[in-house]
Amino acid sequence: MRVSKYPRLRKLVRSATSALFAALFLVPVVLTCSRPANALPAFARKYGLRCSACHESWPMLNYFGQKFKDNGYQLMNDRDAPIWQNPGYWPVTFRMTPMWHRVSTGKVDVDTYSSGGLTGLSAIQRVTSSGFDLSGLDFHTGGTLEKNFSFFLLPSSDSTGAFHFETVMARLDNLWGSSWLNVKLGKFELDNLLSEKRILTLTGNGGIYQLYHFIPVGDGNIFGQMGDNQLGVEVMGHSWNDRTRYSAALLSSNDGTTQLAYGNAYTGFFTFSQAFDTGKAGVQRLGFYAMAGDAPTTWITQGGGASLYPGGALGGNAATGNKSFSREGFVGQFYFGPHLDLQVVTQHGEDSAWFGQGFGDLIDGVATGNNVTGTTLPVGAQNPTWNGVLLEPHYVYSPQLIFIGRYETIKMSQQANGAGYLGVGPTGITGASPSNLGNITTYTIGYRYNPFMTSRAGFAWHNEYNWLHSDGTGPTPGSNINTSELLLGFDFDF
Amino acid sequence: MRTRLRKWSLLLGAAAVLALPLTSWAQLTQFDLAKTLNAESHVGNVTGHAKDAAAPYRRYCVGCHGPLGDGEGENAPWMDAPMYQKPRNFQLGVFKCRSTPTGTLPADQDLYDAITRGFDRSNMPQWNTLTKQERTDLVAWVKHFSPRFATEKPGAPIPIPPEPEVTPERIKAGREVFARVQCWKCHGVQGMANGPSASTLTDDLGRPIAPFNFTDGSRPKCGDTDQDIYRIFMTGLDGTPMPSFADNIKPEEAWDLVFYLRTFMSQKSKEKELAKQLALKPVDPNAPAGQQ
Repeated sequence: MRVSKYPRLRKLVRSATSALFAALFLVPVVLTCSRPANALPAFARKYGLRCSACHESWPMLNYFGQKFKDNGYQLMNDRDAPIWQNPGYWPVTFRMTPMWHRVSTGKVDVDTYSSGGLTGLSAIQRVTSSGFDLSGLDFHTGGTLEKNFSFFLLPSSDSTGAFHFETVMARLDNLWGSSWLNVKLGKFELDNLLSEKRILTLTGNGGIYQLYHFIPVGDGNIFGQMGDNQLGVEVMGHSWNDRTRYSAALLSSNDGTTQLAYGNAYTGFFTFSQAFDTGKAGVQRLGFYAMAGDAPTTWITQGGGASLYPGGALGGNAATGNKSFSREGFVGQFYFGPHLDLQVVTQHGEDSAWFGQGFGDLIDGVATGNNVTGTTLPVGAQNPTWNGVLLEPHYVYSPQLIFIGRYETIKMSQQANGAGYLGVGPTGITGASPSNLGNITTYTIGYRYNPFMTSRAGFAWHNEYNWLHSDGTGPTPGSNINTSELLLGFDFDF
Repeated sequence: MRTRLRKWSLLLGAAAVLALPLTSWAQLTQFDLAKTLNAESHVGNVTGHAKDAAAPYRRYCVGCHGPLGDGEGENAPWMDAPMYQKPRNFQLGVFKCRSTPTGTLPADQDLYDAITRGFDRSNMPQWNTLTKQERTDLVAWVKHFSPRFATEKPGAPIPIPPEPEVTPERIKAGREVFARVQCWKCHGVQGMANGPSASTLTDDLGRPIAPFNFTDGSRPKCGDTDQDIYRIFMTGLDGTPMPSFADNIKPEEAWDLVFYLRTFMSQKSKEKELAKQLALKPVDPNAPAGQQ
């Protein structure tokens, strides 16, 4: 077949050839330009270490960085106290990400028109939006107030500039000279070995770990979100080389909301892990976590048809009727030589049947039920339970270039509306919910390339694609939704 | 013509004089270092290979020690004595913490321990989160920077006799050793690093250096067990003003000195208790020798 006879084909071949040459050119450029990574701002400026010393690839920690964090942001070299720093040193890092972003969501309810006017009916179609966008702005400031007194403060804004306190904590380190006893108080990230706050991906669905935020469809429990920073106190300890770690936290069941919201309910979060030196393969870590707690379902300071909590500014003790929930699973960090690793998290979750029926507080802030005196559960209501797994492999070509993959799947093992349920479920289906309602499967791939990093600033060229499938959550009963996202951005800090 | 010749002669002569110090230590290049990439190390039953440590060195160490191991990494200019110490220049092959006699190369285990333990009051952290294999590879990598390791063998570790029981007599004897070998000249009569020579000290490269302060809770650089302290004054800290006292102090006297030095330290110890009971006074530098 002669190409010249087919102009469109010839054009296609020419484009493909150009793309191939571009790729052949760009890949070696990217690979050969991967010079040694320098230091990350706030702590690197203090200690003069390159960012690669603490980060497998910024912002994800390696074992040394985890130990530094576990020591209370200290190298334990008797030079950790700020009195040893140049008085001009200010431990602050700013981080923000301008980007181009494309989101495509299937089965969206859209308006329909007739003769230039709304018909009042809707239609289902895929909606794709793209454009330039911004992330929020993070002010990371942390370090030591004195030897063995550390802190972290993170005022964070959304992309419009509205601020909130993401992290506020002070920590007493190495109490009685022992690394096994450290106490932290404030609002902080739970001791998740695979840290969502140090996630390597940025899209809406791929920029979080679904496992850390999963809530069954129609469930009213927002309190069991391991990925959200929580208010509480944490005791943690570790061996001198950080191979053995434990932590135990007592948290307010309010999902990090201040002003004593949601009443007197508490949650415990526990972790333990042990790492093993396996020679040339690296250090392998195995651990488990468990989260168990109570959260309210009864709002006692409402009435008169007032909007349900948290629409108004309610004081403390405004809620009772605590019901239980739990999350537990295993964590594995497996290394296969200097370049390849696999992070694994599993989860089994269970919520009280009350949450399953929408009592509590929905994630959108609108409660659907108030468990007042005399309220009973409908026939067929049962505790929703689920199982999930998260697999995240990384190929670290160098600290400056990392390829990321992720697969997450969460399957409901028991729906809140079981056999015998006669009402209308959260997606409009009468009777027992389909067994797969709310199941999630998501894939993320991407890479981050840092053309330079100095002890004064960091910069990453970020490329990421995410695809998420959700069962039964479409606008029509029983329909599924597929969403895809593409993000290209400059992730920088200084 | 003669004037011009004289001018050129003076110029060349001056250049030769100025260039003379440069010949005393020639900086190695990447080309030179490539020849020693086959360096090995042995720690316990683990064999380290220099070539396997290139990536870990780049990830963890190069910011301070530099790509050529000459201690001129990008952060070195910001580390100033006395608050901080400059990173070690591996090309010189001179190391403070050794189990081997002064002037000799350290054993592989010494370098491994240094990487694992880190150095207090410096920017060198404990790298004990790395695998044993990675640390042993890094030992080989450190060795590949210095031509000394290619031509010399490390010294034999000094023998350390078993630690005797701490007694009041031994602490008093240690005080006498402290006075006799004039530890107080640098470390001060109460171990507070304020002896008359303290402010004048420099290392072999002419950089200011401070003596160890026993009283401020710091850990000794080369380890804080009794054996580590014994080893420090019997091997000396090469490259610093701290000499080896192996020729001046007998092994049993060295243990006495360890016990006496423990009385300065802020940590609770049997030595401190005994010193309190003895009501030991600091040595008197102005008293005649033997009565201090």
